[in-house]
Order: sequence, then C-alpha cells, then structure tokens
Amino acid sequence: MEPATRDALRLSVLEIRSLTTVFGPNPARALRSLRSGASDEQIAASGHVIALRDINLRICEGEIFVLMGPSGSGKSTLVRHCNRLIAQTDGQVLVQGLDLATQSPSALRALRRTQISMVFQAFGLLPHRTVLDNVAFGLELQGLAVRERRARAMTIIEQVGLEGWELRMPAELSGGMRQRVGLARALCVETPIVLMDEPFAALDPVIRELLQNDLLELQRRFGKTFVFITHDVDEAIRLGSRIGILDKGRLLQVGTPLEIILNPVSPTVAGFVRHVNRSRAIPLSAAIEPRAGDDRRPPSERSVEERSVDLLLDAQQPLEDVLPHLLVSTNRVGIQQDGQFLGLVSRQRVSELLRGPG
Amino acid sequence: MTPQMTFPDWYTPLAQATNVLIDRLVVLHGDQAEQASNTFLRVLVWMEQGLRALPPWLMIGASATLAATLAKRWVLGAMVAAGLWVIGALGQWDAAMQSLALMFCAIVCCLLFGLPLGVACANLPRVRAVLLPLLDLMQTIPIFVYLLPIAMLLGLGKVPALLATVIYAMAPVIRLTDLGIRQVDAAALEAARSFGAHPWQLLVDVQLPLAGPTILQGINQTTLLALSMVVVASMIGARGVGETVLLGLQRNDLGMGLVGGIVICILAILLDRTLQGAGTRWQAKDPRQGQWSPLRGTR
Repeated sequence: MEPATRDALRLSVLEIRSLTTVFGPNPARALRSLRSGASDEQIAASGHVIALRDINLRICEGEIFVLMGPSGSGKSTLVRHCNRLIAQTDGQVLVQGLDLATQSPSALRALRRTQISMVFQAFGLLPHRTVLDNVAFGLELQGLAVRERRARAMTIIEQVGLEGWELRMPAELSGGMRQRVGLARALCVETPIVLMDEPFAALDPVIRELLQNDLLELQRRFGKTFVFITHDVDEAIRLGSRIGILDKGRLLQVGTPLEIILNPVSPTVAGFVRHVNRSRAIPLSAAIEPRAGDDRRPPSERSVEERSVDLLLDAQQPLEDVLPHLLVSTNRVGIQQDGQFLGLVSRQRVSELLRGPG
Repeated sequence: MTPQMTFPDWYTPLAQATNVLIDRLVVLHGDQAEQASNTFLRVLVWMEQGLRALPPWLMIGASATLAATLAKRWVLGAMVAAGLWVIGALGQWDAAMQSLALMFCAIVCCLLFGLPLGVACANLPRVRAVLLPLLDLMQTIPIFVYLLPIAMLLGLGKVPALLATVIYAMAPVIRLTDLGIRQVDAAALEAARSFGAHPWQLLVDVQLPLAGPTILQGINQTTLLALSMVVVASMIGARGVGETVLLGLQRNDLGMGLVGGIVICILAILLDRTLQGAGTRWQAKDPRQGQWSPLRGTR
C-alpha cells in the first residue's frame, strides 16, 4: 500500500484546516485586509501581527509530530490552538473530529480534562502545592477522590524519577525536576493526546535521553499522540514520526525526518537541518547502490552478489555504522532487511548523503 | 462668589443642585436610611459590648496567641500583650475596645465589598475602567466633603462613622487584590486552564492563593487607613480613642491628646506587625512555611 493511502486510512486525531491567526486590536479587519492583498508592512503598521497563516495539518493517531522553527515562528501559538488556549481568527481545529470552535465552554473543559493535556516550557506549576498535588491536579479537575488521585500521581512520579520529592514544594526543585513535575502532571491524566511545548529544553542530557525513551515507549505501548515542540534538530529526528517546519507563521514543510533531511523544499528548511549529524540520522537503506532494472534481475544473480559481500548490515542502521568498513577499500558491504538481501552499499551514494545538498 | 467675564458660572447651579438633592434625600429617604442605619448599629453595639465585656486578661491572652500563631513569632505575641497592657495602664481600655469594634466592622465591610470588586477588576477590563477612577476619587476627595451629607442622612453616631471609614479605607484592598491577581504567573494560569479548570476553580485554586500575599498587603493597608480614621470618626459622634484625642485638642489638654495619640500608635503597630508577619510567612519560599495558607489550612 502506498504510504499516502495508509496515512489517509489512519485515524487523524488532530486536524488543522486553513488556520490563520492574527494578533492585535481588530484581527478580523486585519484578516480582511490581508485577504485583499495588503502587505505585511501594512498589516504591521495597523498594529497587528500575523502569527500563523493558512496552516493545514493532519496529525494521526499514535504519531509523535514534532514542530520545529526559530523563536517567534509560531510554534507555541500553533500548539495552543490544539486545546484552544488561543482561538484562531480563521480556519478550523478538529480534535477527534470535533470542531473546537463550536464546543460549549463546558464541553471544551471536558475535552481538556480527558482528551488533551499539555506540558509547558515555563512549567506552570502551582507554587503553593506539593509536587504530589501538582501532579494530581489534572485528576483533581477530573473529580477523582484525594486518595485515588494521589496514588495514581505517585506511580507517575516514580516513573519520571522524582520519588522522595513528592512532598516538596516546586520552589525547592531544580528547573529540570520542575519540568519533570509538569511532564508527570500531563501524563497522569492519561489523555490520548499530549501537547509538549519544549518540554526537555531545561533537562540535562542523561535525564533528557531517559525521558525521550519514556516518550517513545508511551507512544509504542499506548498509541498516545504527541505534538512536540523543540529547538533541537537531533531531538526532532530522534523522536519525530513526522516533522513540521514553521517559519514566520508558515508551515514550510511536513515530512518524515529522512524526507526533511534528504529533500528540504527550500534553503530555509535546509538551513534548519544543516547541523544534523547526518551519519547518524540517515539509515543505510538510503545508500543502496542504484541499479537499472533492479527488480527484474534473476534471483540467482542477486545471490551471487550476496555471497560476494564481506559484511551484511541492517537497512535501519545509521550510515555511521558502515563508515569504518568502507575505509578498507576492498570491502563490499551488503544491506539486508528482515533477512532479505537488498543490495550493496554505494560508496558514491554514502559520500553524497554525508555531504548533503550544497 | 462673583461671576467673572472670562468664565461661565457653574458654581451656582452645581452647588444648588447638590444642596437640593441632599435635602430631598434627607426628606424622602431619611426614614429608610435610618432603618438601614439601625441594623448596622445593632451589629456595632453588639460587637462593642462584646469586646468591652471581655475580661482584659482574656483579651490580651487571646490577641497575643492569635498574633503569635499568625506570624509564627513568639516575640510578636509578647509585643501584643505588652502593647495592650500599656493601653490599659493609660486608662484607655474601654476607648480602645470601642475603636477596635468600629474598625473591625469597617474592615469586614471593606473585605466583603472590596475582595469581590478587586477580583472583578482583575478579570473584567470594563469594571476596571469604571472602578479605578472611582477609587482615585475616593482616595483624594477630602473626607469632610462626604462626612457632612452622610451625617445629614444618617444622623450623628457610629453608623455614619462606619460608612465614612469604609469609603476611606476600602480602596487599597480593591487595588491590591486587582494587582495581585493580575500578577499571577501566566504560565500557572494557562496550565490550569489547559487541564480544564472552570473559571471558579481558576479563582480558588490559582488566582487567590497566588495573589494571597499581595491581597494581605491590601488588607494591611486597609486596616491602617481604617485606624487612621478614628479621630475623624469621633468628630461625628463615634466614641473611642479618637474621642480622647479630639477632647484633648478641644480642651487644650495636650496630655490627654498625647495619651490618645500613643494608644492609636500602639494599635497601629500591633495590627501592622501581625498582618505583615502573616504576609511574610505566606510569601516565604521555605517549604515548612510555604505549605501554610489561610485559605486552605495546613496540609
């Protein structure tokens, strides 16, 4: 099945349709003048800022969708539309098929309590509550009894490695620990969708990797959907099922990490992924020697080729795994997937992939 | 006032209209005003009699314990006890109790109206736009301008004194409640909203506790302003320490005036220290102290 059809069949839990958001005294008027062809300067002169323009996005169930972009590109604004902390000027936001704009205040609160939780860059903890009661806050709003919500909060607190700190106040914790409280609070309510606004930015590398693994685990085991904002390209590539690149309120490109690295649509996007560790980010499957009529060759010929290789690596392994072997000029390295031989590693291709565009 | 060529004469119509209005109010609504006034009077008298009936040692003990618990400082308890004892020794015990009764009633009224108004002010820009100029007016208009019509409408005595005190002292608690709530950490508020908190839950679980120390500052200011009104209150017939000062001035008895002044001073210091102490404890980042909150109790 084509990837496109497969995506269409998967349930889209979050859909954003031609969303435009303008900040300022009279967003509706600014939007009208934008539609009638006013320039950005004219809009700015009227005291308005176009935060997001014409965003179309479908986020599927069980996906980790990573949003990347420079500061002020609208990442945080976009993610806040997903639970309507910010209301759009135009367009639609659908969460599990429900248009957020048409929900009554109580329906919206119910949705926020049970469907979509959020982790904040600035933590947003309640300073007058203990770590335990902060983590249990969402459950409290769901109406759970004290004993049960504290018990459930405790399990999550252990999961994020904060046991022993549950009776402390947030002010006593380091930035990284506070962020883990925020993370625990969002995971505790067990919503199918979790929005994360740069959740790991303040964490040290060890804890960060630990929590990144937890996140991947949560996604795999429970099929949770994450919308994840980060500045860190390597983090985006490591976590993202797909990555969306935002710049100046425009969604420039959406694609898998590999698509973004290999085929950036514009120099701006290429600029974002320039510092990616390509040897680690690109899998060997991209470096198979291209050969005309590959599929039509008889199996016998392939097995001859297969027998001639000095080494067989898996298609999902990163390029860096093959580099030491390629330094010996006579080595022939084969690529396999699920026990099936796919072809030889092309030195030419590896070199191109590592150099990148431009 | 002679009308001049350069200016139109607005004095005569404004002054006349005001006088006519007050006269009509007194004639038409004097009875209702008096009825309402009598209700307040009963509460005031009840409170005053209660405070004066209390044996002084009990009052001193209770106040000292309350202050010490609120501020978690035993020194303050001792200070309160000593201060009240001095007031008794100066022969002003009854007067002080009368003033305290009036003050407490005034503060309760201020909080009853001031806290909701402050909350409304912080959350509704329109209320804010109307209320803030009104507060400026309340704080700048000379007391005597409204003292007279109040006295005309309600007669002389405790209730007009109470009303004047409330008008004069209410502004800070509104202002600081408004300020405190608007300064609440935006991220905490946003987070609470994102988890589906009802506006009421936002107020009770986030806004009020986080604004607590600032609101307490406002209550402190309101208390001190209420206390500073006791002399003026005694001018329209409220009894109490203010009366001591006033009599001292009228009789050219400086000694008496000084005694009244000292008593007011002592009351001010004790109330201020106690409320400040409670506020500092609330603000303290220290966990053993931070857990305490007057709204939710110790957890």
